[in-house]
Amino acid sequence: MAALSDTAPRRAVATLWIEANWIQRTATLLAIFLILAAVLAPLIAPFDPLKQSLISRLRPPIGFDRFKDGFLLGTDELGRDVLSRTLYGLRLTLGLALVGACIGLFIGGTLGLLAGLRRGWAEDVIMGAVDMQIAVPFTLVALLVLSILGSSLPVMICLLGVAYWEQYARIVRGEVRKVTEMPFIEAARASGGGPRYIALRHVLPNIVSPLVVQFTLSLSNIVILESTLSFLGLGVQPPTATLGSMVGYGRDYMPTAPWMVIAPAVAIILLTFSVQILGDWLRDRADVRLQGR
Amino acid sequence: MTLYVLRTLMKMALTMFVIISLVFFATRLSGSPLDTFLGDGLTQEDRDLMIEYFGLNGSIWEQYLRYLRGIVEGNFGLSFLERRPVAEIVAERIWPSFQLLLSALALTITLALPLGILAALYRTSWVGSAIMALAFVGYAVPNFVIATFMVLIFAFSLNWLPVVGNGTWAHFIMPTIAMSGVLIAALTRFTRNAMLDVLGQDFMRTARAKGLPETVVILKHGLRNAGVTVLSVLGLQIAGLAAAGNVVVEAIFSWPGIGELLVNSAITRDYPVLQFGVITVAGAVIVINALTDIAYAYADPRIRLGNA
Repeated sequence: MAALSDTAPRRAVATLWIEANWIQRTATLLAIFLILAAVLAPLIAPFDPLKQSLISRLRPPIGFDRFKDGFLLGTDELGRDVLSRTLYGLRLTLGLALVGACIGLFIGGTLGLLAGLRRGWAEDVIMGAVDMQIAVPFTLVALLVLSILGSSLPVMICLLGVAYWEQYARIVRGEVRKVTEMPFIEAARASGGGPRYIALRHVLPNIVSPLVVQFTLSLSNIVILESTLSFLGLGVQPPTATLGSMVGYGRDYMPTAPWMVIAPAVAIILLTFSVQILGDWLRDRADVRLQGR
Repeated sequence: MTLYVLRTLMKMALTMFVIISLVFFATRLSGSPLDTFLGDGLTQEDRDLMIEYFGLNGSIWEQYLRYLRGIVEGNFGLSFLERRPVAEIVAERIWPSFQLLLSALALTITLALPLGILAALYRTSWVGSAIMALAFVGYAVPNFVIATFMVLIFAFSLNWLPVVGNGTWAHFIMPTIAMSGVLIAALTRFTRNAMLDVLGQDFMRTARAKGLPETVVILKHGLRNAGVTVLSVLGLQIAGLAAAGNVVVEAIFSWPGIGELLVNSAITRDYPVLQFGVITVAGAVIVINALTDIAYAYADPRIRLGNA
């Protein structure tokens, strides 16, 4: 609640920065760097990520024998530039994760709000669905769906969107229940506010900070899920690169061309690390008790 | 208590039923599941014959009823690829998966419990921070990345460990570590938090006040009380995490278990196998969850003796 009373967002950001330790500051800078790299990929990538060149196949990164000018991180089995592919892969992975997290936030937030405000059978049905989602490991669901519908970007986005909706739903429902017992809601109701007005105007603004925290944490989970599925060959299909599929397909060339997996793998680690650190930091700041992951 | 157990079991049965139904209708989403498998090179007669052979004739509701009846009778269908009962195929895979799970759990518990306790005791010193940083790494790095780096270092560079299969004890090392990463991270965090909750309790002060040695206070009074929470987490969270990790790790190391079978049947679109495999793993997770719920309730006198 403390973060909410801050009326000057800019000053709040400044205080956050001052209070942060060096790990959190590094993570913030790293996250900004990665986001910039993803957004600017078309501008800064030295080559077209799909352009093949059979003469310069499997060239090592800078500093090794047989290094070929321009291909800083080397090339893959088709002579595509690893650095450019990593940048575009990062772009796609991050984009998919953001869209997925937004869908999850929307679905889970709406259902959680409904369950918290409506009670009765609506709540039973929604919380039953939440229990169901928790009980079944989502990787299995994803395997089934991807195998049936085939892998395409829309299917991937839908899957990533529903992957963690239940976490939002639980948090929102819990927070809504807590908030609705506070006197100011009663006051709003007494002064004639309808249920929708109360939900959007009084309840929602008061549960923003746990939602922000959950959004950040689920973002890194979604990155992991997407990379894992693409790694297994079930996610985004070639020739399009995501970080996970680069590691997956590069695996066959690991003994001779390890740079093909090292570059995207390091990018995944940096991404999940920075996002998780930010999420943990925000959680500590907002002091919300989130259950589970 | 009886009521609570009954309710948990009812919920478990309902969840199972919903999952079985959802899995069935999901595989029918794209029309006949055989379509992609048979391809175009067949005459209509052969096609009809195949459809009947796999029990895919009739309306979707007829198929659904036949499918449910089959499940009750223990007949789960035939694999498209191997033309053998899927139950047989999945059954062959259970033991290797179970072995891997056991070794991963053993590693997780032997590492995570002491680490969690230490992290709680030395919360303010560098020991605590270092352990929590380690747990953080386990959370943030996907298991396939851990596995890839291990293969790179220990198999290809140093040539110490084998990569494929489950022949000898050396084959267990990398899959076990890859699978345990996230489990250790999760359990360490939960143990630490559960211990922290307990350490602040009044009975701990009493135990110290009556002159018990610190190790007895921590292990007997602290860990025992934190243990209930830790065990319930082990059942509820770890089962799901392990099932997901199992799929990835087995696929990477070609471990002949259920996870590898699932990935392969997903890629070859062998739906009957995939269907039954998903139901088996989800069923295992749900049963473990329900048992944990009941055990937790049994350990909690408020539920055991109350009429909830």
